[in-house]
Amino acid sequence: MKLTGAQALIKSLEMEGVEVMFGLPGGAILPVYDPIIDSSIRHVLVRHEQGAGHMAEGYAHVTGRPGVAMVTSGPAATNIVTPLADAYMDSIPLVVITGQVPYSSIGSDAFQEADTTGITMSVTKHNWLVTKAADIPEIVKEAFHIASTGRPGPVLIDVPKDVSNQMMDWYWPESVDLPGYKPSSKGHPRMIKEAARYLLEARRPVIYAGGGILKARAAETLRELAELTGIHVVTTLMARGAFPDDHPLCLGMPGMHGNYTAVTAMQEADLLVALGSRFDDRVTGKVDGFAPEAKIVHVDIDPAELGKVRRADVPIVGDCRLVIEELVQAVRALMSGGVQPPDRSPWDATIRGWQERYPLAYEPSAEGNALKPQMVLEHLRDSTPDDTIVVSGVGQHQMWASQYWRFNHPYTWVNSGGLGTMGFAVPAAIGAKVGRPDRMVWAVDGDGCFQMTAQELVTATAERIPIKVAILNNAYLGMVRQWQEMFYDERYSEVYLSPDLPDYVKWAEAMGCVGLRAETPEDIQPVIDKANAINDRPVVIDFRTDSQEKVYPMVPAGQSNDAIVVPPFQEGRHGEGGH
Amino acid sequence: MGGKQHILSVLVENKAGVLARVASLFARRGFNIYSLAVAPTDDERFSRITVVVDVEATPLEQITKQLFKLVNVVKISELEPAASVERELLLCTVRADPAVRGQVIELVQIFEGRILAVGTDVLTVSLEGHPGKVDDFEELIRTYGIVDLQRTGRVALPKLVRRPPTKALRVS
Repeated sequence: MKLTGAQALIKSLEMEGVEVMFGLPGGAILPVYDPIIDSSIRHVLVRHEQGAGHMAEGYAHVTGRPGVAMVTSGPAATNIVTPLADAYMDSIPLVVITGQVPYSSIGSDAFQEADTTGITMSVTKHNWLVTKAADIPEIVKEAFHIASTGRPGPVLIDVPKDVSNQMMDWYWPESVDLPGYKPSSKGHPRMIKEAARYLLEARRPVIYAGGGILKARAAETLRELAELTGIHVVTTLMARGAFPDDHPLCLGMPGMHGNYTAVTAMQEADLLVALGSRFDDRVTGKVDGFAPEAKIVHVDIDPAELGKVRRADVPIVGDCRLVIEELVQAVRALMSGGVQPPDRSPWDATIRGWQERYPLAYEPSAEGNALKPQMVLEHLRDSTPDDTIVVSGVGQHQMWASQYWRFNHPYTWVNSGGLGTMGFAVPAAIGAKVGRPDRMVWAVDGDGCFQMTAQELVTATAERIPIKVAILNNAYLGMVRQWQEMFYDERYSEVYLSPDLPDYVKWAEAMGCVGLRAETPEDIQPVIDKANAINDRPVVIDFRTDSQEKVYPMVPAGQSNDAIVVPPFQEGRHGEGGH
Repeated sequence: MGGKQHILSVLVENKAGVLARVASLFARRGFNIYSLAVAPTDDERFSRITVVVDVEATPLEQITKQLFKLVNVVKISELEPAASVERELLLCTVRADPAVRGQVIELVQIFEGRILAVGTDVLTVSLEGHPGKVDDFEELIRTYGIVDLQRTGRVALPKLVRRPPTKALRVS
């Protein structure tokens, strides 16, 4: 069968089981857009290429399948660099296809030419510049294999226009031939036995669960391990939902804005069981002062993460699910051989003490006053189904959402963790809703973030993707404002945005959404109820929140986690013992 | 070469852009390259990059692990100086007025180098050998005045381990 390169590309995507792709056409990718008309693949037409990338990320987050985005050359390719970098940092499988000027014109500064493979080399797991149409099926097969196996990540295929038009004999490869790509999945049996021994010997152990748990579909296995050993679990920003917040062993989020108990339990632990986590600086604080007495068991599928930041006593390269399953077996074997963990009741009591003294808390606003963002989130949380997918941007609202939501199911929390990409929420929520149309999807956004990518709500309306957006509108770039208040003597430099400009309700309406507003605490519940009742179009709620409100607890940047700052009204509780 | 440098022999797929990927990785991870030589191997599907890395700033383990994540990198071996054969080539055009020409030629001969071209008052010479020997030669030849000098960077292979033959050698 003779096909053009373009037809072969679309057919290859169909062979890979792609159901939906996000994109925007242009000159160099024109040939590939033609066969889309006849394809089974749904194409979502975005309003900006960055939106296509984040939508593909949101889709990948909630489905576990690679998200696919397609855009043209030059500026379109550079516009999708941010989502690639974001996906690279958070290990999100993406397959991005870019058009390129004709192969013969490459290097001539042709119209809309950019060195896309060069530019994206450092933000992709791998990329390809296709030189002949006959290579397309093989490259697409390799692309999906690389994106979705090992440590997942984004890949990019750059397709010159003349290659898209070239004829080729269709084939579909049986397998991939990648001599330099052999990710390991099973952990080393001796190391796993060693780890099991550590788990049963520790007096103050903490499981430090990271995003790798979700990538490996290991949430159930993690629960089995925690319950078997009775070890408490912290879930990092990338792992919220990997272990149920309502579980008695769950300590919640650690890190710079983690809760006091999660941060301090890690700090005082004698064993950290790092599962699919990477000792990110936002978790460790100053590395030299991080968990000084803890031995480290570190499981990761990426060998380069072991020993990168903190030396592991027991390093295990492998897929989290497979390794934890083996670990559960090894612990069971030791236990049935008579090995029992030491008495951990003092440690459990210490943890309970911290939880009682330093719960996440805020001072509620008085009637008629501006809204407390935490209160908005609590109402939203309590008014939505337990399996609601929450998608956030980056900043204060992201931290509050992570802190105050109760995540009891995996794949219900989608955010930009590593790169910290403002503007992530709206497009990622659209991608998540496309991936899980059966679920309620709420984007929790800040006013600064919302203004970066809000135009994708036009996409959502046009494509009938009914997401809901809660803007926590504090009229500021709030996290920057918080740092300027705390560390720059309240000298506020370029952080004020205004609550009324733009008018978010009118803007939402102009984009075909329902626009709502809540200005006082009494408004919160009615607008949420109204939004939840709408299923035929997107809804945006402008929540007018208190500009002064800061995210607590907080570990100041560059300091040890021992320097954790609790909200002012909790200060002075240190003396009450236990710490 | 002190303990701060290590030689890595990196077998890569012989594909467009592989060197750029390796160089880009070193740049973005903040690893320092001391020298780098690349050429195809006997198997045309693969090339070998011999890279001398500075391990003062970054542990060697982290460098090799990150390198190995590149899809086109097939194999990485660390070559201990004591357990490898290393060679480097130097080309040098040096001032050699008639008054000192004899000395320059003598120096080249002592080091078992070769004279490749003769000008009226310059010579182009080549020297192949262990990098330490090449260092010594460069230091000495420099005193005559260098016009141009180019070294290849080192290439290396593991030293052969001589074992007694396990089977009787077949005599044809």
